[in-house]
Amino acid sequence: MPQNSPYSVLWLQAASCGGCTMSALAADDVGLVKALGRFGIRLLWHPSLSEEAGTEAITILDDVAAGRVALDCLVVEGSILQGPNGSGRFQMLSGTGRAMKDWVTALAPKARHVVAVGSCAAFGGIPAAGNNPTDAVGLQFSGWSPGGALGKAFLSGSGLKVINIAGCAPHPGWVVETLAALALGDLSPERLDSLGRPRAIADHLAHHGCGRNEFYEFKASAAQPSDRGCLMENLGCRATQAPGDCNIRRWNGYGSCTDGGYACIACTSPAFETPAGPFQETAKVAGIPVGLPVDMPKAWFVALAALSKSATPQRVRINAHSDHVVVPPARRPSKAP
Amino acid sequence: MTPSPTTRLIVGPFNRVEGDLEVTLEVTDGHVAEARVTAPLYRGFEQILLGRPASDALVIAPRICGICSVSQSVAAARALAVIGGAAPPANGRLTADLVLAAENAADHLTHFVLFFMPDFARACYAGRPWFEAARRRFTAHEGESTRILVPARARFLHLMGLLAGKWPHSLALQPEGVTKAVDPGERARLLSILAEFRDALETHVFADRLEHVAALTSVEALESWADAAAMDQGDFRLFLHISRDLGLERLGRGPGRFASSGSFGLFQSGTWEHDGGEADFNPDQISEDVTSSWLAGESAPPFSGHTQPAADKTGAYSWCKSPRLGGQVIEVGALARQSVDGHPLARAMAAATGGTVRDRVVARMVELARLIPAMEGWVRALVPGEAFCAEPTPARDGAAIGLVEAARGTLGHWVTLKGSHIGGYQIIAPTTWNFSPRDALGRPGALELALEGTPVLPGETTPVAVQHVVRSFDPCMVCTVH
Repeated sequence: MPQNSPYSVLWLQAASCGGCTMSALAADDVGLVKALGRFGIRLLWHPSLSEEAGTEAITILDDVAAGRVALDCLVVEGSILQGPNGSGRFQMLSGTGRAMKDWVTALAPKARHVVAVGSCAAFGGIPAAGNNPTDAVGLQFSGWSPGGALGKAFLSGSGLKVINIAGCAPHPGWVVETLAALALGDLSPERLDSLGRPRAIADHLAHHGCGRNEFYEFKASAAQPSDRGCLMENLGCRATQAPGDCNIRRWNGYGSCTDGGYACIACTSPAFETPAGPFQETAKVAGIPVGLPVDMPKAWFVALAALSKSATPQRVRINAHSDHVVVPPARRPSKAP
Repeated sequence: MTPSPTTRLIVGPFNRVEGDLEVTLEVTDGHVAEARVTAPLYRGFEQILLGRPASDALVIAPRICGICSVSQSVAAARALAVIGGAAPPANGRLTADLVLAAENAADHLTHFVLFFMPDFARACYAGRPWFEAARRRFTAHEGESTRILVPARARFLHLMGLLAGKWPHSLALQPEGVTKAVDPGERARLLSILAEFRDALETHVFADRLEHVAALTSVEALESWADAAAMDQGDFRLFLHISRDLGLERLGRGPGRFASSGSFGLFQSGTWEHDGGEADFNPDQISEDVTSSWLAGESAPPFSGHTQPAADKTGAYSWCKSPRLGGQVIEVGALARQSVDGHPLARAMAAATGGTVRDRVVARMVELARLIPAMEGWVRALVPGEAFCAEPTPARDGAAIGLVEAARGTLGHWVTLKGSHIGGYQIIAPTTWNFSPRDALGRPGALELALEGTPVLPGETTPVAVQHVVRSFDPCMVCTVH
């Protein structure tokens, strides 16, 4: 359904690993350019994909900054580095002698929509871990705090706050579908959650559709990597708290973190990069996981867990501690015809 | 006679490289007289990792890089395995090799199709005999090759979905093995994924069997293979015709000293010099110089090195350090890996030239042709039902190096654990080697050297030949400084 005039996207990589682009490049198994093209979305410039280099690229940025070229959407991938000492010199945009943070603050007001792709651009992400040596922030958040590089009052040309496609890296479908919604004029403020994440994604939990659901139901837990059991009790899985439809759709055709056998680290949440303990161990108090499902009373969870553990079929208990199915489901004896 | 005037060009932003790069050129008589390579982004991973629980390296280190994410995982897991005494079972090793090889192969294809070849579709080449074919196949965003091979890459990465949950940034690779076992049905699906990718490569990239490309043994054999069909029969053949016309075998000559830590038990470890010297690759001979880096401190081997920003340091011009092997500048990457391994074509090319734009691209494509058949064998060797991961090993203190070959060259993690936490973490990435700035002796890094003599045409602000040289290394700048 291409529109008459294409919806233009300028994509910048701030302090990123490039992983959001690498993920998006596999969009819909056809690639980012084609997946976006189906919605009349055109990349004005992308650092990994476009022909223009050097002065040709700077001309594009200058034209947008000066208002000579209208821009529908500024996409930023990566954290905004404010250090050292507020100078932004930890990331200078090559060939321009100007800090990336200054380019972003100059270009953002020119765009109808501003989109943070990935948890770095949304909230600060991995570079903000630990003592945050580079003063990394997101576009409109610094961890859980509103603000960030553009400030909490910032609104893009359309009147929307920054749209945060969180995730490390986000699913390519999240990028395509969010940009498509913007191009189609479908993304109103009520379709975003309080952290600017599209609710189409964030109204789900990574837990929904998890292939380990039977093990979760019976609290039949994995004890070590490659066990088939539920990863929540021991191995640090946060899927019951993490926003995302990660297990409702497939990653790279077949996968998801939990299907891959490892914990959800809640990469769509602010400050996921600095957990209290090790990522791959579940924090517990008196043997009970600290990070229980957010909307479930703890006493109920404990009672249900005790009940379900006591009712766990032997099949589930044994398979939970194996890397393959050791005990298959029992079959009813077939009736004679 | 008055000396020819020297003009300075600052080239950037340098796109179609992974991450941020700026190159400053001193141009005399239409050629680059001197080049300075700047990595303008610093994120501080080596600081962020300090004090974290040891296993957190498996979450944080891969996120250094979105294109070498698995390579970073493997380096971290290998270092932790050595410290903890972990021994992954055969299935675990094979699966980790498959995941790493898939990243290497996908990166080689991404580089060729999306990063490197689109420069030959530039208007400045209109009129060359191959231009129409190059434009049709490789125009950025919309060339035929992009439209066919980007989907092929996406389908190939289904292997990552199956074995690693997702790509990039998986936690599937652990010191003791992998977190996901493969069942017999998945084993069949893996073979199917590989067959589909092989078909795409053999149809569109090579227009020939992978085994025939891998078996090219000399420059003469390569040339006659190029001439065996019309130039647009396979994108690799088209490249060879372009290369011949533009003299890419003479462009971008590097230091002529190559190193590889070896990979998969398939590619041997070692060093090789284009004029003949061979030796073991000994990581104890590595030191990192910071003379031209915006970093405090002195030259040091990685285990005793630090990474401390010094943004106002006089004479510095990059966040990148200058690693040296036995005091020497080396080149790493597919050309290094293949020539160190003794692949006859790689050696023949590099022996004659010292390592140039053509050689790097050819070695990458030969390696791609070698990887896929090897991967088919590893899938067949998986034994469903047997272990993919060993028992966890208790945390203990110690220090170890995790070495791995990323697509673009040798990557090392120098890890020290104290009290089950990270006490030291130093990383040398492939492009740290290739794109290092000048060291204390004033010796330029590999790219800086390779750019010397590169032609700059009148009026060029972002010289196209410079772009060919830079991109021929398949730089990954996000790994470079981390």
